[in-house]
Amino acid sequence: MMLGRVKTNAVAAVRGIGRPATGSAAFMSDRLSPSIGNIALEFRPGLTATERARFAVQDVAGGLRLWRLAWTLGWLDIRLRYRGSLLGPFWLTLSTAIMVSSLGVLYATLMHMDVHRYLPFIALSQVLWGFISGVVGDGCVCFTQAEGIIRSVRMPLFVQVLRVLVRNLLMLGHNAVVIVVVFALFSVRPGWQALWALPGVAAWALAAAAICLPLGAVCARFRDVPQIVGSVMQIAFFLTPIIWLPDQLGPHEHLLLLNPFFDLLEIVREPLLGTAAGSHIWMAAVAITLVLCGFSCALFARVRGRVAFWL
Amino acid sequence: MSGCTRIDVAGLSVLFPLYHAGSRSLKKTVVAVASSRFAQDPQHRVVVQALRDISFTLTAGERLALIGPNGAGKTTLLRALAGIYEPVVGRVRVQGNLSALLDPQLGMNMDLTGRENIMLRGLYGGLLRSELNRLEEDVREFAGLGDFLDLPVRIYSSGMVVRLGFALATAIRPQILLMDEWFLAGDAEFLEKARGRMEGMVRRAEILVLSTHQPEIVREWCSRVIWLDQGQVRADGAPVEVLEQYLGHPLEEVGGQLADGGKSHRGATG
Repeated sequence: MMLGRVKTNAVAAVRGIGRPATGSAAFMSDRLSPSIGNIALEFRPGLTATERARFAVQDVAGGLRLWRLAWTLGWLDIRLRYRGSLLGPFWLTLSTAIMVSSLGVLYATLMHMDVHRYLPFIALSQVLWGFISGVVGDGCVCFTQAEGIIRSVRMPLFVQVLRVLVRNLLMLGHNAVVIVVVFALFSVRPGWQALWALPGVAAWALAAAAICLPLGAVCARFRDVPQIVGSVMQIAFFLTPIIWLPDQLGPHEHLLLLNPFFDLLEIVREPLLGTAAGSHIWMAAVAITLVLCGFSCALFARVRGRVAFWL
Repeated sequence: MSGCTRIDVAGLSVLFPLYHAGSRSLKKTVVAVASSRFAQDPQHRVVVQALRDISFTLTAGERLALIGPNGAGKTTLLRALAGIYEPVVGRVRVQGNLSALLDPQLGMNMDLTGRENIMLRGLYGGLLRSELNRLEEDVREFAGLGDFLDLPVRIYSSGMVVRLGFALATAIRPQILLMDEWFLAGDAEFLEKARGRMEGMVRRAEILVLSTHQPEIVREWCSRVIWLDQGQVRADGAPVEVLEQYLGHPLEEVGGQLADGGKSHRGATG
Protein backbone atom coordinates (compact mmCIF):
# COMPACT_ATOMS: atom_id res chain seq x y z
CA MET A 1 0.00 0.00 0.00
CA MET A 2 2.77 2.29 1.04
CA LEU A 3 4.83 1.73 -2.06
CA GLY A 4 1.95 2.13 -4.43
CA ARG A 5 1.19 5.59 -3.16
CA VAL A 6 4.63 7.03 -3.23
CA LYS A 7 5.42 8.78 -6.43
CA THR A 8 9.08 8.65 -7.18
CA ASN A 9 9.56 9.11 -10.86
CA ALA A 10 12.27 11.57 -10.12
CA VAL A 11 14.97 11.15 -7.59
CA ALA A 12 18.16 12.95 -6.93
CA ALA A 13 21.36 11.95 -8.48
CA VAL A 14 24.19 13.04 -6.33
CA ARG A 15 27.65 12.61 -7.62
CA GLY A 16 30.98 13.28 -6.08
CA ILE A 17 33.37 15.22 -8.24
CA GLY A 18 36.39 14.75 -6.09
CA ARG A 19 37.98 16.83 -3.40
CA PRO A 20 37.96 20.57 -3.75
CA ALA A 21 41.18 22.20 -4.81
CA THR A 22 41.11 24.78 -2.08
CA GLY A 23 44.73 25.08 -1.15
CA SER A 24 44.05 28.51 0.28
CA ALA A 25 44.74 29.52 3.82
CA ALA A 26 41.02 29.60 4.36
CA PHE A 27 40.48 27.61 7.48
CA MET A 28 36.76 27.43 7.09
CA SER A 29 36.77 24.58 4.79
CA ASP A 30 34.13 23.98 2.25
CA ARG A 31 33.30 20.95 4.28
CA LEU A 32 31.11 23.02 6.51
CA SER A 33 28.31 22.19 4.17
CA PRO A 34 29.00 18.54 4.25
CA SER A 35 26.29 16.87 2.44
CA ILE A 36 26.63 19.11 -0.51
CA GLY A 37 30.21 20.25 -0.25
CA ASN A 38 32.19 19.44 -3.39
CA ILE A 39 29.49 17.55 -5.12
CA ALA A 40 27.28 18.21 -8.00
CA LEU A 41 23.64 17.78 -7.39
CA GLU A 42 21.31 16.59 -10.07
CA PHE A 43 17.61 15.89 -10.04
CA ARG A 44 15.99 14.55 -13.12
CA PRO A 45 12.80 12.67 -13.85
CA GLY A 46 12.59 8.98 -14.47
CA LEU A 47 15.33 7.25 -12.52
CA THR A 48 15.56 3.49 -12.63
CA ALA A 49 15.24 1.27 -9.59
CA THR A 50 18.97 0.58 -9.67
CA GLU A 51 19.78 4.26 -9.59
CA ARG A 52 17.42 4.82 -6.71
CA ALA A 53 19.01 1.93 -4.85
CA ARG A 54 22.42 3.47 -5.42
CA PHE A 55 21.35 6.77 -3.90
CA ALA A 56 19.95 4.95 -0.91
CA VAL A 57 23.28 3.19 -0.47
CA GLN A 58 25.07 6.53 -0.83
CA ASP A 59 22.85 7.94 1.89
CA VAL A 60 23.78 5.12 4.24
CA ALA A 61 27.48 5.38 3.38
CA GLY A 62 27.38 9.15 3.83
CA GLY A 63 25.70 8.68 7.19
CA LEU A 64 28.40 6.27 8.28
CA ARG A 65 31.08 8.77 7.28
CA LEU A 66 29.44 11.29 9.59
CA TRP A 67 29.63 8.88 12.51
CA ARG A 68 31.26 11.46 14.75
CA LEU A 69 28.27 13.74 14.28
CA ALA A 70 25.88 10.88 15.00
CA TRP A 71 27.82 9.98 18.11
CA THR A 72 27.76 13.56 19.40
CA LEU A 73 24.07 13.98 18.65
CA GLY A 74 23.17 10.77 20.46
CA TRP A 75 25.40 11.61 23.38
CA LEU A 76 24.01 15.14 23.67
CA ASP A 77 20.48 13.74 23.61
CA ILE A 78 21.27 11.81 26.77
CA ARG A 79 23.18 14.63 28.43
CA LEU A 80 20.40 17.06 27.67
CA ARG A 81 17.76 14.85 29.20
CA TYR A 82 19.59 14.74 32.51
CA ARG A 83 21.25 18.14 32.45
CA GLY A 84 21.20 19.77 35.84
CA SER A 85 20.25 16.61 37.69
CA LEU A 86 22.51 15.28 40.37
CA LEU A 87 22.92 11.73 39.12
CA GLY A 88 22.72 12.55 35.44
CA PRO A 89 22.28 9.54 33.20
CA PHE A 90 22.77 7.32 36.23
CA TRP A 91 19.13 7.95 36.96
CA LEU A 92 18.65 5.36 34.26
CA THR A 93 20.75 2.92 36.22
CA LEU A 94 19.00 3.71 39.46
CA SER A 95 15.46 3.39 38.15
CA THR A 96 16.30 0.16 36.37
CA ALA A 97 17.85 -1.17 39.57
CA ILE A 98 14.77 -0.34 41.59
CA MET A 99 12.42 -1.82 39.04
CA VAL A 100 14.42 -4.99 38.60
CA SER A 101 14.76 -5.64 42.31
CA SER A 102 11.12 -5.02 43.13
CA LEU A 103 9.83 -6.95 40.10
CA GLY A 104 12.33 -9.71 40.76
CA VAL A 105 11.24 -10.30 44.33
CA LEU A 106 7.53 -9.91 43.59
CA TYR A 107 7.39 -12.25 40.63
CA ALA A 108 9.69 -14.80 42.21
CA THR A 109 7.15 -14.99 45.04
CA LEU A 110 4.11 -14.99 42.74
CA MET A 111 5.50 -17.66 40.48
CA HIS A 112 7.07 -19.69 43.33
CA MET A 113 10.54 -19.43 41.91
CA ASP A 114 13.98 -19.34 43.42
CA VAL A 115 15.07 -15.70 43.67
CA HIS A 116 18.65 -16.77 42.96
CA ARG A 117 17.62 -18.04 39.59
CA TYR A 118 14.92 -15.52 38.78
CA LEU A 119 16.45 -12.18 39.71
CA PRO A 120 19.53 -12.40 37.45
CA PHE A 121 17.24 -13.55 34.65
CA ILE A 122 14.83 -10.66 34.94
CA ALA A 123 17.62 -8.11 35.42
CA LEU A 124 19.23 -9.20 32.17
CA SER A 125 15.95 -9.59 30.28
CA GLN A 126 14.59 -6.26 31.40
CA VAL A 127 17.70 -4.33 30.41
CA LEU A 128 17.98 -6.04 27.03
CA TRP A 129 14.29 -5.51 26.32
CA GLY A 130 14.72 -1.88 27.28
CA PHE A 131 17.17 -1.56 24.40
CA ILE A 132 14.91 -3.31 21.91
CA SER A 133 11.79 -1.33 22.75
CA GLY A 134 13.84 1.87 23.00
CA VAL A 135 15.21 1.44 19.50
CA VAL A 136 11.79 0.66 18.06
CA GLY A 137 10.16 3.59 19.86
CA ASP A 138 12.88 6.09 18.94
CA GLY A 139 13.05 4.69 15.42
CA CYS A 140 9.47 5.81 14.88
CA VAL A 141 10.37 9.42 15.51
CA CYS A 142 13.92 9.43 14.18
CA PHE A 143 13.02 11.65 11.20
CA THR A 144 10.12 13.62 12.64
CA GLN A 145 12.23 14.68 15.61
CA ALA A 146 15.01 15.90 13.35
CA GLU A 147 12.63 17.92 11.22
CA GLY A 148 14.55 21.14 11.78
CA ILE A 149 17.81 19.73 10.49
CA ILE A 150 16.33 17.74 7.63
CA ARG A 151 14.45 20.75 6.30
CA SER A 152 17.34 23.16 6.48
CA VAL A 153 20.31 21.24 5.17
CA ARG A 154 20.87 18.31 2.88
CA MET A 155 22.30 15.60 5.05
CA PRO A 156 22.18 11.80 4.85
CA LEU A 157 19.04 10.62 6.60
CA PHE A 158 21.02 7.69 7.94
CA VAL A 159 22.73 10.05 10.39
CA GLN A 160 19.44 10.23 12.27
CA VAL A 161 19.26 6.45 12.45
CA LEU A 162 22.80 6.24 13.80
CA ARG A 163 21.89 8.86 16.36
CA VAL A 164 19.06 6.66 17.64
CA LEU A 165 21.43 3.69 17.81
CA VAL A 166 24.06 5.65 19.71
CA ARG A 167 21.53 7.04 22.16
CA ASN A 168 20.12 3.61 22.92
CA LEU A 169 23.53 1.96 23.15
CA LEU A 170 24.59 4.55 25.70
CA MET A 171 21.44 3.88 27.70
CA LEU A 172 22.12 0.16 27.48
CA GLY A 173 25.61 0.84 28.78
CA HIS A 174 24.26 2.66 31.82
CA ASN A 175 21.72 -0.05 32.51
CA ALA A 176 24.32 -2.76 32.11
CA VAL A 177 25.71 -1.72 35.49
CA VAL A 178 22.60 -3.26 37.05
CA ILE A 179 23.29 -6.58 35.34
CA VAL A 180 26.88 -6.60 36.56
CA VAL A 181 25.86 -5.85 40.13
CA VAL A 182 23.07 -8.43 40.19
CA PHE A 183 25.32 -11.08 38.64
CA ALA A 184 27.99 -10.33 41.23
CA LEU A 185 25.51 -10.47 44.12
CA PHE A 186 24.10 -13.80 43.01
CA SER A 187 27.48 -15.05 41.79
CA VAL A 188 26.34 -15.79 38.28
CA ARG A 189 29.40 -16.42 36.11
CA PRO A 190 28.59 -16.99 32.47
CA GLY A 191 32.23 -17.76 31.61
CA TRP A 192 33.65 -17.76 28.10
CA GLN A 193 30.28 -18.64 26.75
CA ALA A 194 29.40 -14.97 27.20
CA LEU A 195 31.58 -14.03 24.23
CA TRP A 196 28.87 -15.43 22.00
CA ALA A 197 26.88 -12.37 22.92
CA LEU A 198 29.19 -10.30 20.72
CA PRO A 199 27.99 -11.62 17.36
CA GLY A 200 24.52 -11.33 18.85
CA VAL A 201 25.05 -7.64 19.55
CA ALA A 202 26.41 -7.17 16.03
CA ALA A 203 23.24 -8.72 14.62
CA TRP A 204 21.23 -6.43 16.88
CA ALA A 205 22.97 -3.32 15.59
CA LEU A 206 22.24 -4.36 12.01
CA ALA A 207 18.64 -5.22 12.75
CA ALA A 208 18.16 -2.00 14.71
CA ALA A 209 19.41 0.15 11.83
CA ALA A 210 17.27 -1.88 9.45
CA ILE A 211 14.13 -1.34 11.50
CA CYS A 212 14.70 2.39 12.16
CA LEU A 213 15.01 3.44 8.51
CA PRO A 214 11.61 2.18 7.32
CA LEU A 215 9.90 2.90 10.66
CA GLY A 216 11.11 6.50 10.64
CA ALA A 217 9.94 7.03 7.07
CA VAL A 218 6.57 5.34 7.46
CA CYS A 219 5.90 7.15 10.73
CA ALA A 220 6.71 10.49 9.08
CA ARG A 221 4.14 9.77 6.40
CA PHE A 222 1.45 8.10 8.50
CA ARG A 223 1.28 9.74 11.88
CA ASP A 224 -0.82 6.96 13.38
CA VAL A 225 1.89 4.38 13.02
CA PRO A 226 3.87 5.35 16.16
CA GLN A 227 0.75 4.67 18.25
CA ILE A 228 0.25 1.32 16.57
CA VAL A 229 3.88 0.40 17.07
CA GLY A 230 3.63 1.42 20.70
CA SER A 231 0.79 -0.97 21.41
CA VAL A 232 2.41 -3.77 19.43
CA MET A 233 5.52 -3.40 21.56
CA GLN A 234 3.40 -3.50 24.70
CA ILE A 235 1.87 -6.79 23.63
CA ALA A 236 5.24 -8.12 22.55
CA PHE A 237 6.58 -7.43 26.03
CA PHE A 238 4.07 -9.84 27.53
CA LEU A 239 4.26 -12.45 24.77
CA THR A 240 8.04 -12.62 24.95
CA PRO A 241 9.68 -14.41 27.88
CA ILE A 242 10.99 -11.39 29.75
CA ILE A 243 9.22 -11.55 33.08
CA TRP A 244 8.57 -15.25 32.64
CA LEU A 245 10.96 -18.03 31.69
CA PRO A 246 10.77 -19.83 28.35
CA ASP A 247 10.61 -23.26 29.97
CA GLN A 248 7.44 -22.28 31.83
CA LEU A 249 5.63 -22.87 28.55
CA GLY A 250 6.42 -26.54 28.94
CA PRO A 251 5.62 -28.60 25.84
CA HIS A 252 4.75 -25.47 23.86
CA GLU A 253 8.16 -23.90 24.23
CA HIS A 254 9.07 -24.50 20.60
CA LEU A 255 6.27 -22.13 19.55
CA LEU A 256 8.40 -19.29 20.88
CA LEU A 257 10.60 -19.62 17.80
CA LEU A 258 7.79 -17.94 15.88
CA ASN A 259 8.20 -14.83 18.01
CA PRO A 260 10.89 -12.75 16.28
CA PHE A 261 11.56 -10.79 19.46
CA PHE A 262 12.31 -14.04 21.28
CA ASP A 263 14.83 -15.16 18.66
CA LEU A 264 16.64 -11.85 18.69
CA LEU A 265 16.58 -11.64 22.47
CA GLU A 266 17.96 -15.15 22.95
CA ILE A 267 21.09 -14.70 20.84
CA VAL A 268 22.33 -12.12 23.35
CA ARG A 269 20.63 -13.30 26.53
CA GLU A 270 21.52 -16.99 26.46
CA PRO A 271 25.29 -16.51 26.17
CA LEU A 272 25.22 -13.98 29.01
CA LEU A 273 23.39 -16.49 31.18
CA GLY A 274 26.12 -19.00 30.41
CA THR A 275 24.22 -21.24 28.02
CA ALA A 276 24.44 -21.36 24.25
CA ALA A 277 21.57 -20.24 22.07
CA GLY A 278 20.49 -23.19 19.93
CA SER A 279 21.43 -23.26 16.27
CA HIS A 280 17.78 -23.03 15.24
CA ILE A 281 17.47 -19.82 17.25
CA TRP A 282 20.56 -18.42 15.59
CA MET A 283 19.24 -19.33 12.16
CA ALA A 284 15.94 -17.69 12.92
CA ALA A 285 17.65 -14.55 14.25
CA VAL A 286 19.93 -14.27 11.24
CA ALA A 287 17.02 -14.81 8.89
CA ILE A 288 14.99 -12.11 10.63
CA THR A 289 17.90 -9.69 10.42
CA LEU A 290 18.41 -10.36 6.71
CA VAL A 291 14.73 -9.99 5.92
CA LEU A 292 14.64 -6.73 7.85
CA CYS A 293 17.68 -5.43 5.95
CA GLY A 294 16.19 -6.37 2.60
CA PHE A 295 12.86 -4.79 3.38
CA SER A 296 14.56 -1.72 4.76
CA CYS A 297 16.72 -1.20 1.66
CA ALA A 298 13.80 -1.68 -0.73
CA LEU A 299 11.55 0.75 1.09
CA PHE A 300 14.21 3.34 1.78
CA ALA A 301 15.29 3.39 -1.86
CA ARG A 302 11.75 4.30 -2.84
CA VAL A 303 10.89 6.88 -0.22
CA ARG A 304 14.22 8.56 0.59
CA GLY A 305 13.55 11.59 -1.58
CA ARG A 306 10.07 12.11 -0.20
CA VAL A 307 10.83 12.16 3.51
CA ALA A 308 11.56 15.91 3.52
CA PHE A 309 8.09 16.56 2.09
CA TRP A 310 6.43 14.50 4.79
CA LEU A 311 7.89 16.31 7.75
CA MET B 1 37.83 25.15 -8.83
CA SER B 2 35.92 27.82 -10.70
CA GLY B 3 34.62 27.95 -14.23
CA CYS B 4 32.31 25.03 -13.98
CA THR B 5 30.23 26.45 -11.16
CA ARG B 6 26.74 26.47 -12.52
CA ILE B 7 23.06 26.02 -11.71
CA ASP B 8 20.59 24.72 -14.27
CA VAL B 9 16.91 24.62 -13.51
CA ALA B 10 14.49 23.44 -16.18
CA GLY B 11 10.75 23.06 -15.85
CA LEU B 12 10.97 22.69 -12.09
CA SER B 13 7.71 22.19 -10.22
CA VAL B 14 7.42 21.37 -6.55
CA LEU B 15 4.15 19.95 -5.27
CA PHE B 16 3.28 19.52 -1.65
CA PRO B 17 0.79 16.74 -1.15
CA LEU B 18 -1.47 17.67 1.75
CA TYR B 19 -1.01 14.51 3.76
CA HIS B 20 -1.72 15.76 7.22
CA ALA B 21 -3.37 19.06 6.58
CA GLY B 22 -3.20 20.02 10.21
CA SER B 23 0.53 19.73 10.36
CA ARG B 24 2.60 22.62 11.46
CA SER B 25 5.04 22.56 8.58
CA LEU B 26 2.35 22.83 5.97
CA LYS B 27 0.64 25.66 7.73
CA LYS B 28 3.91 27.42 7.90
CA THR B 29 4.95 26.90 4.34
CA VAL B 30 2.03 26.93 2.02
CA VAL B 31 -1.45 27.12 3.35
CA ALA B 32 -1.32 30.85 3.97
CA VAL B 33 -0.93 31.62 0.29
CA ALA B 34 -2.14 28.50 -1.34
CA SER B 35 -5.75 29.42 -1.79
CA SER B 36 -5.43 29.63 -5.54
CA ARG B 37 -2.95 26.86 -5.84
CA PHE B 38 -4.81 23.83 -4.59
CA ALA B 39 -5.01 21.12 -7.16
CA GLN B 40 -5.47 17.38 -7.34
CA ASP B 41 -2.88 14.96 -8.54
CA PRO B 42 -3.70 11.84 -10.54
CA GLN B 43 -4.25 9.91 -7.34
CA HIS B 44 -6.82 12.49 -6.22
CA ARG B 45 -4.76 13.79 -3.40
CA VAL B 46 -4.94 17.47 -2.70
CA VAL B 47 -1.63 19.07 -3.54
CA VAL B 48 -0.30 22.58 -3.31
CA GLN B 49 1.84 23.81 -6.14
CA ALA B 50 4.59 25.64 -4.37
CA LEU B 51 6.61 26.08 -7.58
CA ARG B 52 5.35 25.88 -11.14
CA ASP B 53 7.52 25.39 -14.18
CA ILE B 54 10.57 27.36 -13.12
CA SER B 55 13.49 27.54 -15.54
CA PHE B 56 16.72 29.49 -15.35
CA THR B 57 20.45 29.07 -15.61
CA LEU B 58 23.08 30.69 -13.45
CA THR B 59 26.75 30.72 -14.32
CA ALA B 60 29.79 31.74 -12.32
CA GLY B 61 29.68 35.41 -11.39
CA GLU B 62 25.93 35.78 -11.38
CA ARG B 63 24.14 37.14 -8.33
CA LEU B 64 20.47 36.39 -8.32
CA ALA B 65 17.86 37.97 -6.06
CA LEU B 66 14.50 36.30 -5.59
CA ILE B 67 11.76 38.76 -4.80
CA GLY B 68 8.05 38.32 -4.35
CA PRO B 69 5.38 38.47 -1.70
CA ASN B 70 5.48 36.18 1.31
CA GLY B 71 4.81 32.62 0.26
CA ALA B 72 5.61 33.18 -3.39
CA GLY B 73 7.88 30.14 -3.28
CA LYS B 74 11.21 31.82 -2.64
CA THR B 75 12.27 29.60 0.22
CA THR B 76 10.92 26.50 -1.48
CA LEU B 77 13.04 27.32 -4.53
CA LEU B 78 16.11 27.77 -2.31
CA ARG B 79 15.35 24.43 -0.65
CA ALA B 80 15.04 22.72 -4.02
CA LEU B 81 18.38 24.19 -5.11
CA ALA B 82 19.92 23.01 -1.86
CA GLY B 83 18.75 19.46 -2.51
CA ILE B 84 16.41 19.35 0.47
CA TYR B 85 13.25 19.01 -1.59
CA GLU B 86 13.86 16.56 -4.38
CA PRO B 87 11.49 17.60 -7.15
CA VAL B 88 9.23 15.18 -8.94
CA VAL B 89 8.89 17.33 -12.04
CA GLY B 90 11.71 19.07 -13.82
CA ARG B 91 15.46 19.05 -13.60
CA VAL B 92 17.77 20.73 -11.15
CA ARG B 93 21.48 20.55 -11.68
CA VAL B 94 24.01 22.17 -9.40
CA GLN B 95 27.73 22.12 -10.01
CA GLY B 96 30.05 23.42 -7.36
CA ASN B 97 29.99 23.22 -3.62
CA LEU B 98 27.02 24.82 -2.10
CA SER B 99 25.97 26.21 1.22
CA ALA B 100 22.44 27.11 2.12
CA LEU B 101 21.70 29.59 4.87
CA LEU B 102 18.01 28.98 5.17
CA ASP B 103 17.24 28.74 8.81
CA PRO B 104 18.89 30.89 11.47
CA GLN B 105 18.46 28.04 13.89
CA LEU B 106 19.96 25.43 11.63
CA GLY B 107 21.52 22.85 13.86
CA MET B 108 21.03 25.06 16.85
CA ASN B 109 19.55 23.25 19.76
CA MET B 110 18.10 25.77 22.17
CA ASP B 111 18.86 23.61 25.20
CA LEU B 112 22.53 23.23 24.39
CA THR B 113 25.15 25.82 25.21
CA GLY B 114 26.59 28.10 22.57
CA ARG B 115 29.84 26.17 22.65
CA GLU B 116 28.08 22.85 22.12
CA ASN B 117 26.14 24.32 19.23
CA ILE B 118 29.34 25.46 17.60
CA MET B 119 30.77 21.97 17.96
CA LEU B 120 27.65 20.42 16.44
CA ARG B 121 27.72 22.82 13.54
CA GLY B 122 31.32 21.90 12.85
CA LEU B 123 30.45 18.23 12.98
CA TYR B 124 27.65 18.74 10.48
CA GLY B 125 30.43 19.78 8.19
CA GLY B 126 32.63 16.86 9.14
CA LEU B 127 35.35 19.09 10.57
CA LEU B 128 38.29 17.55 12.36
CA ARG B 129 39.03 18.28 15.99
CA SER B 130 41.66 20.93 15.29
CA GLU B 131 39.38 22.66 12.81
CA LEU B 132 36.60 22.59 15.39
CA ASN B 133 38.75 24.57 17.80
CA ARG B 134 39.44 27.20 15.19
CA LEU B 135 35.78 27.40 14.30
CA GLU B 136 34.97 27.93 17.95
CA GLU B 137 37.60 30.63 18.23
CA ASP B 138 36.36 32.41 15.15
CA VAL B 139 32.71 32.30 16.15
CA ARG B 140 33.37 33.33 19.73
CA GLU B 141 35.35 36.32 18.59
CA PHE B 142 32.73 37.52 16.17
CA ALA B 143 29.59 36.80 18.14
CA GLY B 144 31.03 38.45 21.24
CA LEU B 145 28.97 36.38 23.63
CA GLY B 146 31.55 36.25 26.38
CA ASP B 147 30.59 33.98 29.24
CA PHE B 148 27.22 33.30 27.67
CA LEU B 149 28.97 30.82 25.42
CA ASP B 150 28.76 28.25 28.19
CA LEU B 151 25.10 28.85 28.93
CA PRO B 152 22.14 27.31 27.13
CA VAL B 153 21.06 29.18 24.00
CA ARG B 154 17.54 29.15 25.41
CA ILE B 155 18.39 32.00 27.78
CA TYR B 156 20.06 34.17 25.13
CA SER B 157 18.34 37.32 23.97
CA SER B 158 17.04 37.08 20.43
CA GLY B 159 19.82 39.38 19.30
CA MET B 160 22.43 37.04 20.76
CA VAL B 161 20.85 34.10 18.97
CA VAL B 162 21.04 35.96 15.67
CA ARG B 163 24.66 36.89 16.35
CA LEU B 164 25.59 33.30 17.10
CA GLY B 165 23.66 31.97 14.12
CA PHE B 166 25.20 34.58 11.88
CA ALA B 167 28.72 33.94 13.08
CA LEU B 168 28.28 30.22 12.50
CA ALA B 169 26.70 30.65 9.11
CA THR B 170 29.33 33.04 7.83
CA ALA B 171 32.21 30.81 8.83
CA ILE B 172 32.07 29.17 5.43
CA ARG B 173 33.43 29.62 1.95
CA PRO B 174 31.07 28.06 -0.51
CA GLN B 175 31.20 28.45 -4.27
CA ILE B 176 27.45 28.73 -4.36
CA LEU B 177 25.70 30.57 -1.59
CA LEU B 178 21.96 30.36 -1.04
CA MET B 179 20.70 32.89 1.45
CA ASP B 180 17.28 33.50 2.91
CA GLU B 181 16.26 36.93 4.05
CA TRP B 182 16.41 36.25 7.78
CA PHE B 183 20.06 36.71 7.28
CA LEU B 184 19.72 40.39 6.72
CA ALA B 185 17.83 40.88 9.95
CA GLY B 186 19.26 42.22 13.16
CA ASP B 187 19.74 45.53 14.87
CA ALA B 188 21.50 48.34 13.03
CA GLU B 189 24.63 48.18 15.14
CA PHE B 190 25.00 44.49 14.51
CA LEU B 191 24.29 44.85 10.81
CA GLU B 192 27.10 47.37 10.58
CA LYS B 193 29.49 44.90 12.17
CA ALA B 194 28.13 42.02 10.18
CA ARG B 195 28.29 43.73 6.85
CA GLY B 196 31.97 43.35 6.24
CA ARG B 197 31.99 39.71 7.15
CA MET B 198 28.97 38.96 5.02
CA GLU B 199 30.16 40.95 2.03
CA GLY B 200 33.41 39.07 2.12
CA MET B 201 31.54 35.80 1.97
CA VAL B 202 29.21 37.01 -0.76
CA ARG B 203 32.11 38.30 -2.85
CA ARG B 204 33.99 35.04 -2.60
CA ALA B 205 30.99 33.01 -3.64
CA GLU B 206 30.85 32.46 -7.37
CA ILE B 207 27.08 32.27 -7.48
CA LEU B 208 24.74 33.94 -5.03
CA VAL B 209 21.03 33.28 -4.76
CA LEU B 210 19.38 35.58 -2.28
CA SER B 211 15.80 35.82 -1.21
CA THR B 212 15.03 39.27 0.11
CA HIS B 213 12.59 42.13 0.56
CA GLN B 214 15.15 44.90 0.65
CA PRO B 215 15.68 46.82 -2.62
CA GLU B 216 18.95 48.40 -1.49
CA ILE B 217 20.47 44.99 -0.92
CA VAL B 218 19.22 43.82 -4.30
CA ARG B 219 20.66 46.83 -6.10
CA GLU B 220 23.93 46.67 -4.25
CA TRP B 221 24.63 42.96 -4.44
CA CYS B 222 22.72 41.44 -7.29
CA SER B 223 23.11 41.38 -11.02
CA ARG B 224 19.82 39.71 -11.77
CA VAL B 225 16.37 39.52 -10.25
CA ILE B 226 13.65 36.91 -10.54
CA TRP B 227 10.21 37.98 -9.37
CA LEU B 228 8.27 35.00 -8.12
CA ASP B 229 4.54 35.17 -7.74
CA GLN B 230 2.27 32.28 -6.82
CA GLY B 231 5.11 29.89 -7.49
CA GLN B 232 5.72 31.15 -11.00
CA VAL B 233 8.32 33.40 -12.57
CA ARG B 234 6.64 36.75 -13.15
CA ALA B 235 9.69 38.60 -14.39
CA ASP B 236 13.37 37.84 -14.87
CA GLY B 237 15.94 40.46 -15.68
CA ALA B 238 18.20 43.29 -14.54
CA PRO B 239 17.64 44.49 -10.96
CA VAL B 240 16.36 48.00 -11.66
CA GLU B 241 14.02 46.87 -14.39
CA VAL B 242 12.37 44.08 -12.41
CA LEU B 243 12.27 46.03 -9.17
CA GLU B 244 10.43 48.89 -10.86
CA GLN B 245 7.93 46.49 -12.34
CA TYR B 246 7.49 44.82 -8.99
CA LEU B 247 7.09 48.02 -7.04
CA GLY B 248 5.05 49.73 -9.72
CA HIS B 249 7.04 52.98 -9.58
CA PRO B 250 10.57 54.21 -10.31
CA LEU B 251 13.17 53.01 -7.88
CA GLU B 252 14.43 56.40 -6.74
CA GLU B 253 11.31 56.94 -4.71
CA VAL B 254 11.86 53.91 -2.60
CA GLY B 255 13.19 54.81 0.78
CA GLY B 256 13.23 51.61 2.71
CA GLN B 257 11.63 48.26 2.38
CA LEU B 258 9.58 46.91 -0.44
CA ALA B 259 5.91 47.64 -0.21
CA ASP B 260 4.74 44.30 1.08
CA GLY B 261 7.90 43.43 2.93
CA GLY B 262 7.42 45.54 6.00
CA LYS B 263 8.98 43.10 8.35
CA SER B 264 12.66 42.76 8.05
CA HIS B 265 12.82 39.78 10.34
CA ARG B 266 10.55 36.91 9.54
CA GLY B 267 12.65 34.28 11.21
CA ALA B 268 12.52 30.83 9.72
CA THR B 269 9.79 31.21 7.19
CA GLY B 270 8.68 28.29 5.16
